[in-house]
Amino acid sequence: MEILVCVRRVPDTSENEIQLNSAGNDIERDDLVYSVNEWDNYAVEEAIQIVDRVGGNVTVATVGGEDDEEILRREMAMGAKHGVLISDEAFNGSDGRGYATILAAFVKKGKYDLVLTGVQAEAGEAQVGGMMAAMLDYPFASLVNSIEVLDGKLKVSREIEGGNKEMNEIDLPCVLSIQTGINEPRYVGIRGIRQVASVEIPSYGASDLGLDASVIGEAAAKVKRVDYFVPAMTKGAEMLQGDREEIAGKVVDLIKAKGGLK
Amino acid sequence: MARIFTYIIHKGGAVDDSAAELAVAARKIDASASPTAIVAGYGAELDAICDSLRAAYGEVWKLSNEALSYPNAELVRKALIKVLPAGSIVLVPHDHFGLDLSPGLAIKMNSPFVSDAVNIEGIEGTYLKLVRQEFGGQVSCHVRCDISSGAVINIRPGAFKAAENTPASGTVVDKSAEVGALAAGRRYLETVASEAGDVDITKHDVLVSIGRGIQEQENVAIAQELADAIGGAVSCSRPVVDAKWLDKSRQVGSSGKTVKPKVYLACGISGSFQHLAGIKGNPFIIAINKNPKAPIFQVADVGIVDDLLELLPELTNKVRETVKVK
Repeated sequence: MEILVCVRRVPDTSENEIQLNSAGNDIERDDLVYSVNEWDNYAVEEAIQIVDRVGGNVTVATVGGEDDEEILRREMAMGAKHGVLISDEAFNGSDGRGYATILAAFVKKGKYDLVLTGVQAEAGEAQVGGMMAAMLDYPFASLVNSIEVLDGKLKVSREIEGGNKEMNEIDLPCVLSIQTGINEPRYVGIRGIRQVASVEIPSYGASDLGLDASVIGEAAAKVKRVDYFVPAMTKGAEMLQGDREEIAGKVVDLIKAKGGLK
Repeated sequence: MARIFTYIIHKGGAVDDSAAELAVAARKIDASASPTAIVAGYGAELDAICDSLRAAYGEVWKLSNEALSYPNAELVRKALIKVLPAGSIVLVPHDHFGLDLSPGLAIKMNSPFVSDAVNIEGIEGTYLKLVRQEFGGQVSCHVRCDISSGAVINIRPGAFKAAENTPASGTVVDKSAEVGALAAGRRYLETVASEAGDVDITKHDVLVSIGRGIQEQENVAIAQELADAIGGAVSCSRPVVDAKWLDKSRQVGSSGKTVKPKVYLACGISGSFQHLAGIKGNPFIIAINKNPKAPIFQVADVGIVDDLLELLPELTNKVRETVKVK
């Protein structure tokens, strides 16, 4: 099975405290630590496990710039055979639909049986996979947390409310958005990354993909972020101050007062 | 002004809370709007569902089709494309169904998509200004969406408060005949219920709930000791389950369990809306987090900025002392 996984390099929220910049219109972007989007990493692991079971190849692709090559190499070190950088100045300022248009054009150039994305990235929009599927007229399933390969189709489960699973059969080729927890992504060491350090990563631009400037980039974007802000504080929590022992005493008193400790 | 539609989620004959919330969101886009509710499904229950929406909506469109017996997003999308006028604004709850339906619906309607809106500021010319959150709720942003060719907007469940019910004056319009035959490349098979775990977190008065801040599997024991001392249970947020440190049955949230404890100790939990959706019954929330900007502090009653790995053992000691004194 030929599997394409669309990945993205994002500020790592477990490593960074996201704050507004001094002008208050953007987040503070200096000194951010970046890594591969957590959901995407699960998607790559899932693709590798599928190929281990039924054969085929995993390709990872990202829309971005030279800085984004590092995550392609990281995912290649995990076991993805090919990495592709989709890069063009004309892509700058694209909205979700723009990114989906770019990726759908790339999918059409290849012959993929299965296209995976993460459920969402740092903006929590959860849109590119579903849009791409509609553009390609492929079936789509979001929030996928297990995949079984059948003949010409897959059996997938979706994570729905209350921890229940919605089982579906889906025809290939299709697009799936992968939920965290579907597997345990393997560890990638420095050595693994070194082994793929010299593998060539081809780059595709707008003209390679036959993309017209009217459907991508800032001019085509109908959804735009205006600014970042911190919402007016609601009442918020009463913050307990003092040394640790003092605080612990207060907390235990509160648990007791609220009927949690008899 | 474009006509505004809302997609109604219903299950087992009952209308989801989001139905009334979307009516309020629609009127925030346009105060004079008379939004239309769309009810897709099949069977005798549909009429009662449509009828119950006549209070919040001026018009209710019924799409009855055997293929829609289960809400398969691809089939629903195809049905909607057949009935929706071009340029419509469609509001959908941002839940597991909205995630499945809306991005593709926007493409097929050739209109923009705004995901997971938490507020609506109003219209400025051909633009609709909305509020979203990014980075797990750590920052908010304003988004501008060009609605001149309509829009599909996913609304966060719970973000809008349902209005007081007005008299049921809306009319139900049966649009089923316009839907026709439906087929999809994805077929619903069955729903598999979550497995019961060793501990039922829905039955405890005190939950020591842990998140990413617990850092390592070995540290779960620190939370367990505190829970044992209090006589409560350990629950968690999604990253702890993803890491396989605790069983899925311990997860609190929209994709986990809904809990109603008296006291909820949120330890190293940032407080995503999916997690908070699982905490009901207005418990007393005590939040412990190293990050003073963690969204959990917005909803907690009491907050402590500290390392839970240091504070929890201290709490355990205090609880043991208190219990002993008694």
